[in-house]
Amino acid sequence: MRLAQREGEAIDRGRELGFTFAGSRITGFAGDTIGSALYASGRRVFSRSFKYHRPRGLLCCSGHCANCMLTVDGVPNVRVCVEPLREGTVVEAQNVVGSLERDLLAVTDRVGGPFTPVGFYYRTMIRPRRLWPVYEKVLRSIAGLGRVGGASRRYDTEHRRAEVLVIGGGRSGREAASAAAREGRQVVLVDEGAQEPLPGVEVLAPAQALGLYEGGLVPVDAGGVMYRFRAERIVVATGAVEQPLVFPGNDLAGVVLPNAVRRLVGEWSIKPGERAVVLAADDRGLETADLLAEAGVDVALALRVTPNNPLRIEATGRRGRVRKVTVDGKSIDCDLLVMSGGRQPAYSLLAQAGARVEYDATKGIFVPTALPAGVDAVGAVTGEVGGSSIPRPLYAGDGKCFVCVCEDVTVKDMKRALAEGFDSLELCKRYTTVTMGPCQGRLCQLASVRVYAHEQQTGEAAIGTTTARPPWAPVTLGLLAGRHHEPARRTALHHRHEEAGATMMWTGEWRRPHSYGDPEAEAREVHEGLGLIDVSTLGKLLVEGPDAGVFLDRLYPNRFSDLKPGRIRYGVLNGDGGRIMDDGTIARLGDELYYVTTTSTGAEGIFAWFQWWNAVWGYDVEIVNVTGALAAVNLAGPRAREALAALTDADVSGEAIGYLDCREVVVAGVPCLVLRIGFVGELGYELHCSSPAAEHLWDRLVSGGARPFGLEPQRILRLEKQHVIIGQDTDSESNVLSAGMGWIAKLDKDDFVGKWALEHAAERGVRERLVGFEMRDSALPAEGGQVVAGGRSIGRVTSARRSPVLGKNIGLAWVPPELAEDGAELEILVDGRPEPAVVRLEPFFDPEGARLRS
Amino acid sequence: MSFLLRCPTCGLRAVDEFGYAGEVTSRPQQPPSLAELCDYVYFRRNVAGVQREWWYHRLGCEQWFQADRDTRTNEVVEVFAP
Repeated sequence: MRLAQREGEAIDRGRELGFTFAGSRITGFAGDTIGSALYASGRRVFSRSFKYHRPRGLLCCSGHCANCMLTVDGVPNVRVCVEPLREGTVVEAQNVVGSLERDLLAVTDRVGGPFTPVGFYYRTMIRPRRLWPVYEKVLRSIAGLGRVGGASRRYDTEHRRAEVLVIGGGRSGREAASAAAREGRQVVLVDEGAQEPLPGVEVLAPAQALGLYEGGLVPVDAGGVMYRFRAERIVVATGAVEQPLVFPGNDLAGVVLPNAVRRLVGEWSIKPGERAVVLAADDRGLETADLLAEAGVDVALALRVTPNNPLRIEATGRRGRVRKVTVDGKSIDCDLLVMSGGRQPAYSLLAQAGARVEYDATKGIFVPTALPAGVDAVGAVTGEVGGSSIPRPLYAGDGKCFVCVCEDVTVKDMKRALAEGFDSLELCKRYTTVTMGPCQGRLCQLASVRVYAHEQQTGEAAIGTTTARPPWAPVTLGLLAGRHHEPARRTALHHRHEEAGATMMWTGEWRRPHSYGDPEAEAREVHEGLGLIDVSTLGKLLVEGPDAGVFLDRLYPNRFSDLKPGRIRYGVLNGDGGRIMDDGTIARLGDELYYVTTTSTGAEGIFAWFQWWNAVWGYDVEIVNVTGALAAVNLAGPRAREALAALTDADVSGEAIGYLDCREVVVAGVPCLVLRIGFVGELGYELHCSSPAAEHLWDRLVSGGARPFGLEPQRILRLEKQHVIIGQDTDSESNVLSAGMGWIAKLDKDDFVGKWALEHAAERGVRERLVGFEMRDSALPAEGGQVVAGGRSIGRVTSARRSPVLGKNIGLAWVPPELAEDGAELEILVDGRPEPAVVRLEPFFDPEGARLRS
Repeated sequence: MSFLLRCPTCGLRAVDEFGYAGEVTSRPQQPPSLAELCDYVYFRRNVAGVQREWWYHRLGCEQWFQADRDTRTNEVVEVFAP
């Protein structure tokens, strides 16, 4: 099948490459594509069509259509006509049951007609309804093209900038790129095929521009990586696409577009057939007759198609391969039929950028006009496609006549859609899926417009085109997803938790220990002995400057300007709507220096919040986020003081470091900021130190007898104290009055963020209150469980745990204000049954706080 | 949404790098009535045209600035350090 060596051929006959197709071994040459090597081996049928499973062969040979899609090394839907051949490649057919030659599903082509009309999935299989699961199972197994393999592959995304981005590496594209490079611009050229290097230009090939988005954003598929290009100037040189003719049998294998002949003969020196017919509307198409003759093919007929001649074209074949073409009643045997309906500019990217698309009646094609700023078009895409007559919209005859080969949409389907009232092409597209296949309208947009114009007896201009949308070329989902990112923050002590066998859990972006195996025992240890928890995830901000106190006074509902250096105060942040945003402790380290902690998930947001208000107010304050720089641990339990004293020379007595005091103390040789606070309800010290020193500090505390505890025991412990977790027990409707923290709002203070809303709320009263409850019996409500009265939901549980030290099930819940009284009776649904509970407004454990003050 | 925004500190960057806090509002000078407070907290002019907005260079200098942006075209007319 190969011709004698020709000048300019792209293959290297000295280098044979072997691959397998459907299990049999085939050889080609270096420079072949998989498609050309298969064609040279005699293969004509490459695929089975989407819906009717009709045999299909090479059509465009340019990587546009779905006709040569095969599974290559496990990757489905590879267009083998443009996929370079590599040694050892394994190629398989797809979308067939059986083989390409004998596909059992081809039955849909012969007898499926009444059952699978256009839009059949909307109606044929809807009734009887109970059979839908059966239909669905069958349809799912045969729908779609190709099977996604198990092979995983890594994809990356990269942001790139270019002064000039040229899309398309044909003659015009290369000239435009070179001209821009000569002007000293930074130029990138993207092309879907192979490209020679170009001086001064970065050439990305093979690569495919997928779309043209707002702000000049062009995603480029370069194989395993997606470049998100931003360019100051974009030059679109995507050329023009050869158009098929619409006649019965136009999808048979052996019916090709001119470029297939040019590439088969010109690049790979393959004799494409024995006897050919050429029917073309343009000179370019007719010229292939000469090329075929040169390659030794018997050209039986070369005819220019015009609006009036011929009137009938009909191709027939056997086993899906063309055998005969009948032109105006004259039958000609052939095994190759070259058709050309002229060339249509590939304007999609320009249209996506905002260009208008108008029908040029003299040329019979749609051309882009009114290009947006920053976007240029050069070459054939502008509409300079050479001389061509306008072919008839469709040619009479019997048999299936395809408008869209990718989606198997026939002229009959479009007529039916029109008869059913889908008179706009946009509606027809959605109903019939014409132009929605892998070629994205390259081969069928113009044909579908012509058919609709013909059927509605109007012009192409009146029908117009459908909206061009990205992606302009098929793209793998993996590339869109990019590399799998799971952004996680781990504290400086993470490895210690893993070594200790902790179960890790997500809290916002952080990974934290849930527990080290026995949450209840860990909680008990904090009550009875000594526990240690990593709280490095707390947000930590330094607020420093002459206005630091005033600044915090305006951000928080309580006062910080009167806080004495060395003291700590709890604070709750609100927005101007009066809703609770975040909470934490504020320690005054000096006259002009405060150390603010936030919740673990709030750190970044609260830092931005502080910065924002300071941008508004302009105080003399610096805000520094030291969340990652500092680690923190909470040493808690009756033995905490004794354990701390063993590791420091400093005085850590109750007089030297009282409750809510902060001091700088060297612990185990590590300079620490010690905050004496009691989130877990026992004597406790938060030790904040530089992250690199945390491991040493942790190890010394553990060898001093402290037992690590995780978040789950901490949740039990804090619930025993009714300490609220913002976001768990509060939501975007909660304010400090309803959350039972009214004492914190100093409404006599000057303006602070949220003051006005709290004043109004105080005046109007709150709709619900957050209260503690304990269950009378052993039932444990779910978080989110309902508080009910007379069968109606009147509130909800936000936290519930069994407290091992109290031997009770306790929790927090939102209830109507009239029930917010100590001893009020509640009913809470547990597993659908109302269970009795009692409201408790005081902490369940150590209500006086004697233990944390000890 | 995909456009570039000029951070006063860092220069032209992709919009994904920024946080957005909506149009610049004016906080009441005096204690507002409930209706005035609701207006200020919840209501925005939502213009189809150029409006002044707060932006935060989240993945850069972590500074807030204001920008005049055309909400119809996403064209950023001007940026200001506050």
